[in-house]
Amino acid sequence: MLVKELASLNAPSGFEDEVRDFIRNHANCDEIYTDTMGNLICHKKGNGKKVMVAAHMDEVGLIITEITEQGFLKFATLGGIETAVLVSKRVLIGKDKLCGIIGTKAVHLQKPEEINSPAKIKDLYIDIGAKDKESAEKLVSLGDFAVFDGEYTPFGDNLIKSKALDDRVGCAILLELMKEEYDSDIYFTFTVQEELGCRGALVAAGNINPDIALVIEGTTCSDVYGSEPHTQVTNLGKGAVMTAVDGAAISDKGYYDFIMNTAKENGIKLQIKKTTMGGTDAGVIQRSGCGVKTAVLAVPCRYIHSPVSVMHNEDAESVYLLSKAVLKNIERSNLV
Amino acid sequence: MKLLEKLTMCISPSGRESAITDIIREEILDVCDEIFTDTLGNLICHRKGSGKKLMLAAHMDEIGFMVNYIDENGFIRFSPIGGILKYNSINSTIEFTNGEKGKISYENKENPSSVGFDKMYIDIGASSKEDALKRVQIGDMATYGSNFAQTGDKIMSKALDDRAGCWALIRAMQNAKETPNDVYAVFTVQEEVGCRGAKTAAALINPDIAIAVDVSNVGDTPKSLELNLSLGKGPAIKIKDASFIIHEKVKNLLLNAAKESGIPYQIEAASFGGTDSGAIHLTGGGIPSGTVSIPTRYIHSANEVIDKNDLFNTALFIEKVIKTPV
Repeated sequence: MLVKELASLNAPSGFEDEVRDFIRNHANCDEIYTDTMGNLICHKKGNGKKVMVAAHMDEVGLIITEITEQGFLKFATLGGIETAVLVSKRVLIGKDKLCGIIGTKAVHLQKPEEINSPAKIKDLYIDIGAKDKESAEKLVSLGDFAVFDGEYTPFGDNLIKSKALDDRVGCAILLELMKEEYDSDIYFTFTVQEELGCRGALVAAGNINPDIALVIEGTTCSDVYGSEPHTQVTNLGKGAVMTAVDGAAISDKGYYDFIMNTAKENGIKLQIKKTTMGGTDAGVIQRSGCGVKTAVLAVPCRYIHSPVSVMHNEDAESVYLLSKAVLKNIERSNLV
Repeated sequence: MKLLEKLTMCISPSGRESAITDIIREEILDVCDEIFTDTLGNLICHRKGSGKKLMLAAHMDEIGFMVNYIDENGFIRFSPIGGILKYNSINSTIEFTNGEKGKISYENKENPSSVGFDKMYIDIGASSKEDALKRVQIGDMATYGSNFAQTGDKIMSKALDDRAGCWALIRAMQNAKETPNDVYAVFTVQEEVGCRGAKTAAALINPDIAIAVDVSNVGDTPKSLELNLSLGKGPAIKIKDASFIIHEKVKNLLLNAAKESGIPYQIEAASFGGTDSGAIHLTGGGIPSGTVSIPTRYIHSANEVIDKNDLFNTALFIEKVIKTPV
C-alpha cells in the first residue's frame, strides 16, 4: 500500500496537483480523467451497477495572505486546524517546499490572559528567516499554500505517524482496490476540497450519477489518556470504522447491515464510530441527484489534522479487505 | 384518533423510517395511482392529473437517540439524532426500534441544568454488558417512548412533529376524490437532520409547486416567546422561517384557498426553524414553495401538544389545496 508515498506529497485543498499526478501514474483502470473541479476519476468498466468509490486527495493546510514589512507571512487555514496545533510547527511552503516555522510572541512577553487562552490565528505568523519584506517576496507569493512538515515514520507496535493520513490512506486503499477485478461498473474517484466542505465530491457525484457509493476516509480517534471509553470515538487496532450516523449522512440501513455481515463472513475487524459529529464526502454524494445510498469505511487516526496523525497498519488493512469484499459482492446484494 | 395514535407511537427516527413507511403505505395505498419509495426512502404517492405538478411533503422521521457505547455494567452512552434538547431528555423514557425500552439519566455529580450528552446515559435495566448486548447493539436507534393521550380538545404525544402533518396529508389525499393537479404526496425521510429526503424527492419529481405540511411553535403558554400562533385558531400559513420565504404565488394560492373554504387560519412569520420547503425551493431551477403548519406546543419533547380542531382543519385545508388548480 502506497501510504508513505502519498502522505509525503504536499497537496492541501485547492492545490491537489502532486497527489493527482501521482495517482494518475499508478492507477490501474480503463479510462482516467480530471473533471472541471479537479477530481480525478479512474473508471474501471464493468457490466453491473454504477458504483462510486471515493477518497479525498486534499489535506488540511494554510494559504499565505500577507507578507509583513519584517518579512513574516500571515496566513489563513485551508480546512479545520486547531490553532493550538499550529504554534511552533514546521511547515513547507509552495511547490518548492520552502521551510518555515509558525511563530508567536515568546511566553515571557505574553500577558496572563494570553498564556491561559489558546492562540488566535491573527497572532500567528510563519517565519521563513527572511530579513525583510523584499527578501521574503523573492521566495513566496500571496496565495501560495503551506502544509505541515510531518515525515512518515513507523513507530511503536505497528503504528505510523505522518501528516496527511487523512485521507492519503484512503487514496492508497483505492489504488490497491483498483488492482482487483469486479462485476460492477466502478468509478474510483479521488476528490478535491473535501476539507473545505466536500466541494469536489458534490460535482463528481453529479457527473457520475452513481447507483451506490462507498467513501473511504481517515477519521477521528481519541483512545488516549484522559478520554473516557464512550468519548473515544474510535480505537486504534480495533479494525475498520463504519459510520452509522455522522453530521452529514445517515448510512442506508440495508447497506449498513450488508457491510456488517460482509465483515462477519470474512472475519474482518469492524468497529462502529461512537459519535454523530463530523462529516465526509458521503453527505453530499447521498443527496446528489435523486439520492444515492452511501456508506463510509474509515481508518482511525489519532491527532488527525496535525503533523503527527497516527494510524495502525492493521486498521488500514482491515478497511482494504472489507472494501474489497463489499465491492466484490455488491452486485449480488439487493441494494441497487 | 386511532390513526394518529398509530402514527405517533411508531418508533422511526431519522434514517430508520421503514416502520412508519409501512404504516403510511398501507393506509394510503387505495388512493394512489402509483406508490413507491425512492433511493433515500421517501414514500411517494402519485395521484395522476392533467394539471400542474403539485408536491405535498410531510416528514415521517422523528428525532431520536443512537447507541454509541455500552459499558461493563450495561449502561448505554448515546448521541442525539436531530434536535434533541438536553434538558428535555433527562428522565425521559425511550423506546428502541426493536421494542426495547429504557430511561435517560445523567452522571449525578453533574449539574442537571448544564449537563452535556457525554455525561448522560441510557439505563435499559441490564445487569451487564453481555446482558445489554442481547437486546441492543452499537448503532441501534431509539426515540421518546411517551404515551398518546387526549385531554379535552388537546392531544399530547411524542412525534406529533411531524406525524400530525402525515395524518393531515393522508386524510386530505383520502378525502380529495378529484383533483385538477398532478399530485405527489411525499412522506419524506431525514427532515430532522437537515431536510435531506425532501431534497432528493424534489429533484426526482421536479414539481411546479411544493407545499410542506409541518408543525410550528406557538406563543400561547405562560411568559413564552412572543410568537404569533396559538393552539385552536387554525392551521398557519408560514410566511418565513430561517430556511425560506414563501413564494408570492404560493402565498396567494394558500390565502385564497383559506378564504374560499372559510377554514380559520393564522399567519406565521418566524425568525428561526426550518421545514422541508427550505430544501425543496432551492432544488433544480428553483421551486415555488410554501409551508402549512399545525400549531404545536413543546416541540421536540416527549410530550408535544396540539389541538385536534387544528389538525382537522389542516387536513381540510390541504384537501382544498389539492382540489384547487395550482
